[in-house]
Amino acid sequence: MNYSDIFTYMHTEIALIIAIVFGFLYDLIAGKRGRRHFHTVMCVLMVLFIAGTIYPYGEAGEIFGGMFVYNPVFNIVKSILAIGTLIVFLQSDNWLRREDTEFKRGEFYVLTLSTLLGMYFMISAGHFLMFFIGLELASVPMACLVAFDKYKNNSAEAGAKYILSALFSSGLMLFGISFFYGTAGTLYFDDMVARIDGSPLQIMAMVFFFAGLGFKLSLVPFHLWTADTYQGAPTAVTSYLSVISKGAAAFTLMAILIKVFAPMVRDWQLMLWIVIVLSITVANLFAIRQKNMKRFLAFSSISQAGYIMLAVISGTSFGMTSLIFYVLVYMVANLAAFGVIGVIEQNSGGKVGMDDYNGLYKTNPKLAVIMMLSLFSLAGIPPFAGFFSKFFIFASAFEEGFHILVFIALVNTVISLYYYLLVVKAMFITPNDSPIAAFKSDCSTRISLVLCLCGVLALGIVSSVFDCINMFSFGM
Amino acid sequence: MNILSLFPAIPLLMMLGLWISKNTKQIRTVMVAGSSVLLALAAWLVIAYLGMRADGQTAKMLFTDSFMWYKPLNIHYSVGVDGISVAMILLSAIIVFTGTFASWRMETGMKEFFLWFCFLSVGVFGFFISLDLFTMFMFYEVALIPMYLLIGVWGSGKKEYSAMKLTLMLMFGSALLLIGILGIYFGSGATTMNILEIADMHNIPLALQKVWFPIVFIGFGILGALFPFHTWSPDGHASAPTAVSMLHAGVLMKLGGYGCFRVAMYLLPEAAQELNWIFIILTAISVVYGAFSACVQTDLKYINAYSSVSHCGLVLFAILMMNTTAATGAVMQMLSHGLMTALFFALIGMIYGRTHTRDIRELSGLMKVMPFLSVGYVIAGLANLGLPGFSGFVAEMTIFNGAFMNNDTFHRVVTIIACTSIVITAVYILRVIGRILYGTCTNPEHLKLKDATWDERIAVTVLVIAIAGLGIFPLWMNDMISNSVTGVISHILN
Repeated sequence: MNYSDIFTYMHTEIALIIAIVFGFLYDLIAGKRGRRHFHTVMCVLMVLFIAGTIYPYGEAGEIFGGMFVYNPVFNIVKSILAIGTLIVFLQSDNWLRREDTEFKRGEFYVLTLSTLLGMYFMISAGHFLMFFIGLELASVPMACLVAFDKYKNNSAEAGAKYILSALFSSGLMLFGISFFYGTAGTLYFDDMVARIDGSPLQIMAMVFFFAGLGFKLSLVPFHLWTADTYQGAPTAVTSYLSVISKGAAAFTLMAILIKVFAPMVRDWQLMLWIVIVLSITVANLFAIRQKNMKRFLAFSSISQAGYIMLAVISGTSFGMTSLIFYVLVYMVANLAAFGVIGVIEQNSGGKVGMDDYNGLYKTNPKLAVIMMLSLFSLAGIPPFAGFFSKFFIFASAFEEGFHILVFIALVNTVISLYYYLLVVKAMFITPNDSPIAAFKSDCSTRISLVLCLCGVLALGIVSSVFDCINMFSFGM
Repeated sequence: MNILSLFPAIPLLMMLGLWISKNTKQIRTVMVAGSSVLLALAAWLVIAYLGMRADGQTAKMLFTDSFMWYKPLNIHYSVGVDGISVAMILLSAIIVFTGTFASWRMETGMKEFFLWFCFLSVGVFGFFISLDLFTMFMFYEVALIPMYLLIGVWGSGKKEYSAMKLTLMLMFGSALLLIGILGIYFGSGATTMNILEIADMHNIPLALQKVWFPIVFIGFGILGALFPFHTWSPDGHASAPTAVSMLHAGVLMKLGGYGCFRVAMYLLPEAAQELNWIFIILTAISVVYGAFSACVQTDLKYINAYSSVSHCGLVLFAILMMNTTAATGAVMQMLSHGLMTALFFALIGMIYGRTHTRDIRELSGLMKVMPFLSVGYVIAGLANLGLPGFSGFVAEMTIFNGAFMNNDTFHRVVTIIACTSIVITAVYILRVIGRILYGTCTNPEHLKLKDATWDERIAVTVLVIAIAGLGIFPLWMNDMISNSVTGVISHILN
């Protein structure tokens, strides 16, 4: 192995590690005055990081004997996740300036970037153990983040629920991986393909492995932790959890299913078929009844995960493109929605009920419009980006012959439109004598919302982003 | 830039103008300027189109243009018009123009109202100019979603219920459409989304056609108020504000008929021939059932909404007859019904704005109080029941003529059944006119009411001129439409 290869193929991870160390040292060294600019420093750092690593140059390659794999398309996914993280940082400032969190804001940045690093390793893994380490690195700091508002019962409870279910799912997954080792004799992705033959033990192992990732993706029937955790966690963390960690898990799942489990394609397609129908339908039906905005978006994100799986089930390179594009579009829309929820929560003394949103348009028209557009995008209404990404997802699954599945998913989009419209109705139609008072949101939240809004409006109509992703994912 | 792209672009510019306008006056200026330009452009398009045809251009579509949009799925932004779409564009421009004047004195949220209104017209115009399945579908959905807020915020009565019902039912329709479009695209070998090219290749296996034809037809049919999926229409129209009812009943419901003709039947011709009997029965039910339902309603808007169900049913009925005469009649009926239903809804809105009731039991003798509006109402009514000299006569005459040309028992029996709707229409129209316009005005409050203001007069006059013009000089329009219809029908039959 040539040592310079490490810098070629791991440049993203190395840059991220530098950023983490920098954040850690800054927290340690900068005095009280220096820390006042912590937020700005970290955001600038993220911008630099994204600018430096976004270009997917070079050929695919591997280092450490195939433990770590580089591929230009991985770089695109990593950049998407980094952009999402930047948006979450921008949105979290208001909350981090509060008295009870101010002194530990450094921890927030370092922990968040650590989970991001874990996801990067997960994506680039070429070996199941590498993958597992990445997954753990992504989920353990996440539990700390969920419980960040530790003096709030909700937050602590959410942290406990998250860590317990994360550990349980990791255990399941490890169990599955051990079966693989027993049957295939290796854990390298490349070597495993030849030794996967779909024996019953391997099917069982795949189910365990899938169950582990299903927890991360919060697919039904592994979704039970989602609503409570989303509700209890601080809003910035919830949005991070619902978008970044889900996107990374979805991409990895698809990559591994295609790469490693290609010989068992019929088995996992059947399994996914059932899981998709369950996820979309159950989550939609539950979402209708929700009165808390964060719980509501939790169920919405479960059903969105089901839609993402439609791209996975196709197993084609077009499906891969659609998946990455879907994750990107879902990210901007969901972050916009959570951004609005977060900023309203901070400025209204913690209001997150759907009834509190009644008449929001009268007092805070801009926020209401952003919320509406992002919900429309989530529901798949043109000309917003969500329509395009949903169309591609459906097309990719349809192409592979899953006609009935696509039909079920389409009927579900109507149900999902119903509950998204309930929020729109609350904001625009339902009269309210005492709506949330008008307030001025802080600068960095505004920047983040504008970024998201541009994404929602432009990603679909401007086809070049999709083309760019498509060009690189063809190499997979 | 292609001239056709201006049609969706101008409403977008209008939205921009509305966004930066500060007061009512500026909003009105933007709207009047924009919708006048649209109307002028539509009129120019008709003249230019007829000129090009007169010069002997025989291509199926004129003014065509195409850009690659999403390569992996062969999605293009491609536009082009034939006689049918030119007629529809003209109709839409007239309705947008008159709709602006009909909502001249909007009280709350004028800016937002017109923003959504313009957004709706982007979708409508975009739909009629599109030749690409994806683009067409996109514009179709763009036209649907603003309805929710337009009805929900500015509507009346049980508006939230109606808005939700309308949106969800139409979105269910578009879910069917989406899967149908994917079916057509992949069924035809996944090489193009262009409607003309798919039709030329003509390679979708019959077994697949039989699956996708009912799905696509119902998908568009829901918007065309196909029985039993019409139930959104009465509630939606009754609750919607005036201009939205006008645009929705006048133009949006035509999207359904247009789509059934252009996509479902054109691209899936064999299945259309084999399965059309199911839909002929359903549409015949729509026609008669809608007319009977209108007879027993007491709310003016409900009467007109059920009347729309009946007349739009006739449009679908006619295209399923699969001959040039009937299909030409269908397009004429789209035009004629669009104009007169818009006139109806405009007048109902104006009457409601004065009397604050739409219950026909509480209204009487309005002819003396507001002669202008009442005369307009009589004209709309007479056009609706198919009096010669108005557009309705031309359209319905052509339809029934064409439908009767099919010389088998089934087609003739359903045609006779559908024909009875003419009589029933006369019953409910004359009943309403007699009840609310003639007689003595018993409510002393109503005696103080004023007649139409200038803006209302513009809206009514433009529509009446269009209806009468189409009724008196139908031939040029008829020729323009039937030229294009012939090509489509001969493709379906062969």
